[in-house]
Amino acid sequence: MLNGKTAVVTGGSRGIGAAICKKFAENGANVALLFAGNTQKAEETKAALLEMGVKAEAYQCNVADAEQVAEVCKQILADFGSVDILVNNAGITKDKLVPMMKVPDFDSVVDTNLKGAFYMIKQFYPVFMKKRSGKIINISSVSGLMGNPGQTNYSASKAGLVGLTKSVAKELAARNVCCNAIAPGFVATDMTENLSEGNKLKDFIPMKRFGTPEDIAKLALFLASDQSDYITGEVIRIDGGLAM
Amino acid sequence: MVFEKIAALLAEKLECEVSEIKPETKFGDLGIDSLDVMELLMSLEDELGTEIEMGENKVETVADLVAMIESKQN
Repeated sequence: MLNGKTAVVTGGSRGIGAAICKKFAENGANVALLFAGNTQKAEETKAALLEMGVKAEAYQCNVADAEQVAEVCKQILADFGSVDILVNNAGITKDKLVPMMKVPDFDSVVDTNLKGAFYMIKQFYPVFMKKRSGKIINISSVSGLMGNPGQTNYSASKAGLVGLTKSVAKELAARNVCCNAIAPGFVATDMTENLSEGNKLKDFIPMKRFGTPEDIAKLALFLASDQSDYITGEVIRIDGGLAM
Repeated sequence: MVFEKIAALLAEKLECEVSEIKPETKFGDLGIDSLDVMELLMSLEDELGTEIEMGENKVETVADLVAMIESKQN
């Protein structure tokens, strides 16, 4: 479905990002993955992609740093020639109730989750514009749609991604570039592993289970492929019915 | 010189005569939106070999664009 395309995935070393990288590679895409710090996981994911016979490279980059993003994106364009798909998946949490949440806790989550996506889009915008094609996929969250206690920073950043998605979609729609958001519910990854109320949470999910990274990757593949060419500015929940 | 380059690019894009493009011509009247202007800037960057940072100034007419590019060149 993605033969010959080049995809850039932030937060690609593990969790949902790694599943998306693998799904794209399985479908023929060359993949540039960005990772913040876990070099070992990034190399493992890269090796798995190379085994599928596609071109793959891992780049260490803090997406909250606009200058680093600019440098890495230039390098990706030099290495891969062009970009067709951008997935802004990099995300962090620093959950605390408001009185306990320090300003830097709020800022760092917004800087990575929301501003990081903006920096990435800013770098590849001219590429998509000139090509008159492209797919931008932002990984939001049902937390951004519903709110979640302890996650004022996270849900604000994820709700921000929804607005960002829609504005970018409108700016680039006439250039045939699609920009959509995926809003996962609880997905079994390192990020949700530490949730102490894990089992209790399942009771709130109509489907009574956490999603898998693979569930999200399948939707990302759809949004990255020509199967979704007339969909833009959309936010798709994928949460086992949680946010209904 | 910058004006001639822009006029030539515009004429090519719009498939019209170069003489129809005047400095006071508004992009809006030509059916050119802000994204088109940006694209024009990017082509000019390639051609002139200079990097043009999109400023905060509104670029409404061909003359505005010429002024913007000339200010960056100096």
